[in-house]
Amino acid sequence: MEKVLMKGNEALCAAAIRGGCRYFFGYPITPQNEIPEYMSRELPKAGGVFLQAESEVAAINMVYGAAGAGGRVMTSSSSPGIALKQEGISYICGAELPCVIVNISRGGPGLGGIQPSQADYFQSTRGGGNGDYRLLVLAPANIQEAVDLMTEAFDIADYYRMPVMILGDGMIGQMMEPVVFKTPAARELPEKEWATTGTGGARTPNIINSLRLDPAELEKLNLHLQEKYERVRANEVRYEMHQTDEAELVFVAYGTSARIVKNAVAVMRRQGVKAGLIRPISLWPFPERAFDELPGSVRALMSVELSQGQMIDDVKISARGRWPVGFYGRSGGMIFTQQEIVEAGEKMLREVSHVSGV
Amino acid sequence: MEEKVICAGFGGQGVMSLGRLMSYTGMHVGKEVSWLPSYGPEMRGGTANCHVIISDTLIGSPIISHDATAVIALNYPSMVKFEHELIEGGYMFYNSSLIEQAPERSGIKSIGVAANEIASEVGDLRVANMVMLGAYLAACKPYSLEDVVAALRKVFGPGKEKFIPLNEAALKRGMEVVESAAVGK
Repeated sequence: MEKVLMKGNEALCAAAIRGGCRYFFGYPITPQNEIPEYMSRELPKAGGVFLQAESEVAAINMVYGAAGAGGRVMTSSSSPGIALKQEGISYICGAELPCVIVNISRGGPGLGGIQPSQADYFQSTRGGGNGDYRLLVLAPANIQEAVDLMTEAFDIADYYRMPVMILGDGMIGQMMEPVVFKTPAARELPEKEWATTGTGGARTPNIINSLRLDPAELEKLNLHLQEKYERVRANEVRYEMHQTDEAELVFVAYGTSARIVKNAVAVMRRQGVKAGLIRPISLWPFPERAFDELPGSVRALMSVELSQGQMIDDVKISARGRWPVGFYGRSGGMIFTQQEIVEAGEKMLREVSHVSGV
Repeated sequence: MEEKVICAGFGGQGVMSLGRLMSYTGMHVGKEVSWLPSYGPEMRGGTANCHVIISDTLIGSPIISHDATAVIALNYPSMVKFEHELIEGGYMFYNSSLIEQAPERSGIKSIGVAANEIASEVGDLRVANMVMLGAYLAACKPYSLEDVVAALRKVFGPGKEKFIPLNEAALKRGMEVVESAAVGK
C-alpha cells in the first residue's frame, strides 16, 4: 500500500470509512472540524449519510437511533461537546449498542480553550454519564496508530456491542504524518439479530431501550455488562513498553505526551540515566499487567500528562504500592518540553535516592 | 539526518503549504516526516507557523523546542519569535524583502533572501515561499530540487501541471541566492 501524507482528523475519517462507517452525526467544534468537513464530502460517496445535527445532544441521540437500527455509526467532537453527549452515551451503553465516538480533546474545564489537552481522561475512562458502564477507550500516539485503531474500532464495537472511544488531542487531530491504510484481521462478528430493522411480520419486534423499571431485571443487565467488561479486560488491553529493560525510572504517558516523553527518555539515556516508558494504548481497559512486567531495577514511576493528574490514579492502582509514583503535567493547552520532563524525572530519582539513603 | 524546520510568516504567505510540501517531498524520498501547524483563532490575517521534521529515523515529538536546525521566516515578527528556537549553528532564512535587519542572535547562519522581489521577477509574488524553499534546499540539502519538483507534480496533479515551471523557476532562483553567496566566500 502507498504511503499518504494526511492530517490526523482526515486520516481518522478515511480509516472510519474503510472500517465500515456509513453514518456520521455531529456538531462543529475546534479542533476536530476537519472530521465533519471530510465526512460531509466523502461519506456520501461511500453510500453513507452525513448529517450535521442541531446540537451535540441531538447528534449523540441520532447515533443511538442509527446504532439501534444496526448501522455502523460514529460521532466526533471535542471536550465540552463530548461532555454534552454523556447522557446519550450512557443510554447507548444501557441499550448495549455499538458505535464509535471520537474526542479530539482540548483544554478545560468548561469551554476552556482550543489547544491540545489530556484533561478528559476521567471523562473518558470513568464516564460522565450515569450508571455502571464502561467505554473501550483507545488513545493513539501517532497518525498511523490512529488509523489502525480507527479502522478496527467498528469491529470491536460490534463484537462487544458497546461504544469505542478514540481519544486524541488537538495535536493528533491537526498534525500531518505519512500513513498506510491496512486491513485489520477480521473478527468473527455476530449477526445483529437485536437491530430494529423491521420484522417483516416474521418475528416479534426488537426493542431498543435503556429503561428497566424492574430492579431484578436491571441488576441482571448490570451483571451481564460486567461479564462483558471482564471479557474486554481479558482481551483488549493494549500498551507499549519502551526501553523499560534495566530502567530505574519509568514514565507512564499516553497519546502525544508519550511522544515527548520518548524524546526525554532518549536524552536521559544519553546522559546515562536509565529511563523508560509504559505507554498505555487502551486507557480502559488500563494495562495494569504492563506494570507486572517491569524489571527489579525500577525505583520510581512518574505519570506524565497534559492535565493536572488523572491517569495517575490508574498508575497508582497498577503500581499497588510497589513503587513511589510521581507526576508531571501541564494543562490548559500548554505543552511540556522534553527538557521539562527530563528535569522532573531526574528530580524524582534524586528524591527517591535520598529517601532510601542510597 | 534529522531536519527540524520552523516555517513562519503572515497568514497568506504560504508558510503552511511550504511546510506541507517539505514534508510531502520527504515522504516521497523515503524519510520519516511530521508536520505540525499552529492553529487557533489568531490565524486569520495573523501569524502562522508550522513545525516540519524530516528524519532518517522514527520521529518522537513533532514539536520543535529549542532544537530547530533551520527557521524560514517570511516576516519580521516570525524571525524575532523563532530565532531563539535555533540550535547553535542553525540556519535562519529570512525574507529580506520585508525584514530590514538581520537577526541579532550570533552563532547562527543567517541568510537573507529577497523572496518578494525574486518571486515578482519570476512572475508571481505568491511563489515567494518557493524562493525561500530553494534557499533552504541549497544550504541544508535534505533532498534535491528534482525531488521537490516530483512531489509538486503529485500535489498539483495533471490539472495544475501548468504551474510547475513557475514554481521550479522560483526554487532555482532561491537556490542561486545561497550558491552565489557560497561562491562569493
